[in-house]
Amino acid sequence: MTARSKAKGSLIAAALFLSAPALAVTPDEMLKDPALEARARDLSQELRCVVCQNQSIDDSNAPLAHDLRVLLRERLQSGDSDRAAIEYIVARYGNFVLLKPPMQLNTALLWVGPALAAFLALFCFARYLRGLSGAPAAAPADFTHDEASRLDALLEEKNAK
Amino acid sequence: MSRFAPLAVFLLVFAGLGFGLTNNPQKMPSMLIDRALPTFSLQAVDGAAGGLSSVDVIGEVALVNVFASWCPVCREEHPMLEKLAAARDVKIYGVDWKDSRVGARRWLGYGNPYTRLGFDESGRVGVDLGVTGVPETFLVDRDGRVRYRHAGALTDGVWKDVFEPMIKALRSQK
Amino acid sequence: MTANIGYFALLLALMLSLAQSLAPFIAFRRRDPVIAAFVDHAALAQLVFVAAAFSCLTYAFVTSDFSLSVVAANSHSAKPLLYKVSGVWANHEGSMLLWVLILSIFGAAVALFGDNIPDRLRSLVLGVHGMIAFGFLTFVVTTSNPFATLANPPADGAGLNPILQDPGLAFHPPFLYLGYVGFSMAFSFSIAALIEGRVDACWARWVRPWVLAAWCFLTIGIALGSFWAYYTLGWGGWWFWDPVENASLMPWLAGTALLHSALVVERRNTLTSWTILLGILTFSLSLVGTFLVRSGVLTSVHAFAQDPARGVFILGLIGVATGGALTLFAFRVQAIKSGSPFSLVSREGGLTFNNALLSVVAFTVFLGTFYPLVIDMIGGDKISVGPPYYNRTFVPLATPLLIFMALGPALKWKRDTLAGALGKLKYALAAAVVIFALTLAFGSLANVLAAVFMALAAWIVVGSLLMVAQRVRLGSAPFSTSLRLAGATPRAFYGLVVAHAGMGVLLAGITGMSAWASEKIGVMHVGESMALSGYELKLRSVKDAQGPNYDAERATFEVTRKRRPVTRMITERRYFPVRQQMTTAAGIHTNLASNLYVVLGDADNAGGWTVRFYVHPFVPFIWIGALLMAFGGFISLSDRRLRVGAPQRSAPAGVALAPAE
Repeated sequence: MTARSKAKGSLIAAALFLSAPALAVTPDEMLKDPALEARARDLSQELRCVVCQNQSIDDSNAPLAHDLRVLLRERLQSGDSDRAAIEYIVARYGNFVLLKPPMQLNTALLWVGPALAAFLALFCFARYLRGLSGAPAAAPADFTHDEASRLDALLEEKNAK
Repeated sequence: MSRFAPLAVFLLVFAGLGFGLTNNPQKMPSMLIDRALPTFSLQAVDGAAGGLSSVDVIGEVALVNVFASWCPVCREEHPMLEKLAAARDVKIYGVDWKDSRVGARRWLGYGNPYTRLGFDESGRVGVDLGVTGVPETFLVDRDGRVRYRHAGALTDGVWKDVFEPMIKALRSQK
Repeated sequence: MTANIGYFALLLALMLSLAQSLAPFIAFRRRDPVIAAFVDHAALAQLVFVAAAFSCLTYAFVTSDFSLSVVAANSHSAKPLLYKVSGVWANHEGSMLLWVLILSIFGAAVALFGDNIPDRLRSLVLGVHGMIAFGFLTFVVTTSNPFATLANPPADGAGLNPILQDPGLAFHPPFLYLGYVGFSMAFSFSIAALIEGRVDACWARWVRPWVLAAWCFLTIGIALGSFWAYYTLGWGGWWFWDPVENASLMPWLAGTALLHSALVVERRNTLTSWTILLGILTFSLSLVGTFLVRSGVLTSVHAFAQDPARGVFILGLIGVATGGALTLFAFRVQAIKSGSPFSLVSREGGLTFNNALLSVVAFTVFLGTFYPLVIDMIGGDKISVGPPYYNRTFVPLATPLLIFMALGPALKWKRDTLAGALGKLKYALAAAVVIFALTLAFGSLANVLAAVFMALAAWIVVGSLLMVAQRVRLGSAPFSTSLRLAGATPRAFYGLVVAHAGMGVLLAGITGMSAWASEKIGVMHVGESMALSGYELKLRSVKDAQGPNYDAERATFEVTRKRRPVTRMITERRYFPVRQQMTTAAGIHTNLASNLYVVLGDADNAGGWTVRFYVHPFVPFIWIGALLMAFGGFISLSDRRLRVGAPQRSAPAGVALAPAE
């Protein structure tokens, strides 16, 4: 029996932050060397089971997932780096197999998009606040006097909280 | 004009979703298109002639058919392959993927359309070919380059619409 | 017989929805109060008929009436009763009927409980709501008829996917739909406001309970789905960033933003156009989610059977609903006046910032979900976007949001200072530092990230509780005064505190599970043990067992810790002969702070079994936190002020409606 305690350390923890321990690895697949096995498990979580609906090969029971897990371990054992092992599989199955999208020209927008959106949002936020402080704080013209005072009463009730 | 921005963005998204309806998200393109057939060498299923290696396939336009005896769709495809083999037009090479010898022998009992047949018990050659299921058929040109990969049964329709024209075009080159 | 009654009920509901959509506009043109009153009655009648149709379908499932094709395809006489009932919505047609049922429930609720809403606005809201109902009822009747019959009914049905036969999953869709579909009411309110040309504090006050209700249910629905995945799918996973999961998360994020921006509208009458836009977007995201599950556009574990015709229809509905709404927005948004300013450092400022961040985060999920489609469309690669992407984008962007969750409520309305707010939170800051240190000490020094997020969780929980303490002047006034103040505090305030604290608990759960989950996989024979994280797991026996519609292998384990017994755990591998499928029922032991999780795998031929044993620290907090959030929302919903609302206008600006009914 081989033990595997996942003590996620280091900043790479962010990468595996929302991942979960997996089901599908069988004892006979597991490598004797715990460091290699740990690498294999981490890499497996980044590879998609292409015949399943949205699972990693680490999570899937499918025969193809099993084959790829075994293959990955063989590559690691033969001395491949993490990157080379992944490249080996991508060369055969394409970028579809990567759960972390590749950083290339056509995924630039994907990777940069969120940060861009954040800047855009902050910019709009700043502009909105500046615009507000310039505007006259007048009551809306189309309220009747009755309605305006009722509205004020409501807001006062809230303000007293 | 920014009040039209949400509508504009929505129209783009809408177009994308519309396109999505025509698109099959599961269909994976083969990584081998226009690349050399990977080098491999497979043993024979005892009973069939000699086994299959990649060098056997090179030389003329040929088909490489990946199948398994446990696959019902392959069983449906089999008569079509027999028909093609009988017509003696294009050679068909077979890869028996992740199968048992008992199953393979039983399969050959239905008829053998293959010029040569290799037994890929572990599925490793299948991985090199980027196989995700069976049946799959590869069209290989005379230089050993993969020109087309069809996933699913090779039917009359697929043969007439896709394979026949491609084979004709490849043969008329040079 | 049942099929006929059900089908005719649906047709009647369809015609009623058409009437309901047109009536407000006819009433206003003709200034006819009777037609205006009809709108309310139409909404109620629609509920009656849709409920009748739904009852017929349920009856058909419960009595195993295989003359209905949907029952024959999805049910079986040997299924337990609970799953016969839940099977009603476990298929496409039935789930669409549930969708429409909930739509009509919300419509009827507004008709019944919306008397605080001025008649004209309420008519418009129900009119727009009727249009949505019309669209979806047409969809059901034409493409997804649950009452389609078979000429030759089979002797027995095809059974239900065994993975769906589960109590958690029985309740997941109804709650999810109550949320998803509930946001249609916010949509209707937004459109009604655009038509009327006014969005003001009153509007925000009237729409709030409906948004809140939908939000609470959606929170529960998502939590149930996550919990179900955890104990059924057999590997302890609870969130996969699957496209359909994202499709429920996006409306949730937008709905949270809507909830908060409506508060700013109430206070300052600003952010009005943004709030209207959110009202439209939240429901649009629900619609897109519905589209995703039923059209085959993206691969997902959730997808119903793919049918392009249905996909086209739903896309058409989205085009009309969202496209129409956004067109109306573009033309009418300038009619809506804006109100008073507030400074950057203020509660309004905090809420606006919260909205900005939530939008970015929702956009990120949207981008990740649809990007593969975009790449395919421009003829490029086929790529996948999975958890590694979201971990690198969603998590860093959500972090400032979490920090502000505690800071926001501490800020005063209109104008405040950062020092002032932080001063109120000094105990929360202290708690965060303490937790940070403790986590590093008990975890390991390498676990800096885990320590940061645990500190953040403490910051949120303690910060929220501090708000109550300060409001009731705990410690600074006599206890009896504090009690009195506590009684006088509006419920919405407690709701806020509980909901925010719930988020902190959720965060702690996620952090604990991600950072410290441990696992052991091994082959065990009966009588053998394996050890993990201080626990000893011993395999006692593996026996055959029988369920109502499955055969099982049941393994019994004993767990001890330091030689003292902790619990007995049972796990099963179930085989369903009708569908020829296998599922695992994991053995889970919880003490509400962490879980032990054991799964039985394949047998080898030597009497050994593959066993997977997991220790999941803090994972129950994930669902406890989510339920706390929903509970906080319900507390807010029960606040009397939400029901009293603003009094009726006696001289409405538009049509003169006779007040008496």
